[in-house]
Amino acid sequence: MIYADNAATTKMSDAAVKTLTSLLADTYGNPSSLYEFGQKAKEVLEQARRDVADAIGAQPNEIIFTSGGSEADNQAILSAAKLGEIKGKKHIISTAFEHHAVLHTLNKLKKEGFEVTLLDVHENGLVSAEQVEEAIREDTCLVTIMYANNEIGTIQPIREIGEVCRKHNVTFHTDAVQAVGHIKVNVVDDNIDMLSASGHKFHGPKGVGFLYVKKGVRIFNLIEGGAQEKGRRAGTENVPGIASMATALKDAVANLDGYKAKLLPLRDKIINGISEIPHSALNGDAVSRVPSNINFCFEGIEGESLLLLLDDKGIAASSGSACTSGSLDPSHVLLAIGRVHDVAHGSLRLSIGEDITDEDADYIIKSVKEVVEYLRGFSPVWRDLVAGKKDFIL
Amino acid sequence: MALYSEKVMDHFRNPRNVGIIEDADGVGEVGNAKCGDIMKMYLKIEDDIIKDVKFETFGCGSAIASSSMATELIKGKPVSEARQLTNKAVAEALDGLPDYKMHCSVLAQEAIESALQDYESKKEQK
Repeated sequence: MIYADNAATTKMSDAAVKTLTSLLADTYGNPSSLYEFGQKAKEVLEQARRDVADAIGAQPNEIIFTSGGSEADNQAILSAAKLGEIKGKKHIISTAFEHHAVLHTLNKLKKEGFEVTLLDVHENGLVSAEQVEEAIREDTCLVTIMYANNEIGTIQPIREIGEVCRKHNVTFHTDAVQAVGHIKVNVVDDNIDMLSASGHKFHGPKGVGFLYVKKGVRIFNLIEGGAQEKGRRAGTENVPGIASMATALKDAVANLDGYKAKLLPLRDKIINGISEIPHSALNGDAVSRVPSNINFCFEGIEGESLLLLLDDKGIAASSGSACTSGSLDPSHVLLAIGRVHDVAHGSLRLSIGEDITDEDADYIIKSVKEVVEYLRGFSPVWRDLVAGKKDFIL
Repeated sequence: MALYSEKVMDHFRNPRNVGIIEDADGVGEVGNAKCGDIMKMYLKIEDDIIKDVKFETFGCGSAIASSSMATELIKGKPVSEARQLTNKAVAEALDGLPDYKMHCSVLAQEAIESALQDYESKKEQK
């Protein structure tokens, strides 16, 4: 199998598996216990905190371990909102193509009387710092904009957006789940106040992530209970998971240059190869894009059948079609960049990993071409397009 | 546990009666691209018997499989029998569909109904 769905989840690195399993077996003490055995677990936990902080240019006491990216997003946004409410500021700025962990949290806040401005992300899937600045108001309590989009991989100008937020004294959170461990992220250089990340997106385990909260930024806990994470996240720490995530992140960040050097040419080779398919279009900016992401729309076909046939050919990929989401609407990300329903249903996301070879890239291109041509062969939509009864969109 | 039954995957991978009939006696198209499913059915009818049926589908795996199965269920049958085809029969013949995919079988039933309607109205005009 060629696993090309790394944006969904990644294979754990050998080092991360080793850290996880050895700690599960041997270091089961509770970090809150005062005896030596518990304190050993505490040491492992705090070393992981230092490693995670180092990986993003933060201080160890600015890291809160969570169950993953969604929890981190919820905690960051709900905290900023709560603080905003106390100050009488109930306006939040975000974008139309955030992850649902952000969008659904914002919808919840809307029902509680918050006003949310969702910025346009344009055809290329990029928002600008100027747009953010124009949207900032006296009562803006939070700007939350993702670092890299999970479907189309576009990298936002986070540093510039952070700078604008600093200038106007507005808290800035970024969902960096698709960025951390994939591109260089530095919370100080990037002017970030809060950042969410998830272990399993960079070859760590599932069910563990972290929230960076800049010193001085107030945070409220979502989960009431013990005094773990300095009272900011109750519950006995998942020490093996956290340490395993830290191992994976340390390795990923140390290897960022090699990762980019390996993936970029293959990503672009696949993009160029698939672009040869008539009436197809790359989704998202071709340059400001994570090294792993390839996302296309094909006119006249539907994404789920495309995925099933690719699966038959041994390629694991993903789509923004409605049929893969269980709803009637295709991906909100594709709609946000202006793809109409008709073509948004025919989308394909390939998110490659470092194990990909040049032969794999050739095979992916060949397979996608074959499958698209095959499905178009009995698509009434394609027939009408070719016959000129309908206008091509792409 | 796979997403679909073996039967669905078989009809998806090897759809029966794919294509068009140039001189069809009845043609029906249902669904729309906005929702992600379009089915088109072509019928060749002689002496009130469905001599041939072909389909084209833009849609997900279960939409393609439902169209394929529906054509098999009506081919060679009298028009009166084809008119009785229900979406439930299509889904059952496929060894079931996931709940959220049942609309695909509904679409297959509607596509055949639409093609039969076209046949009837053409017949009246003659």
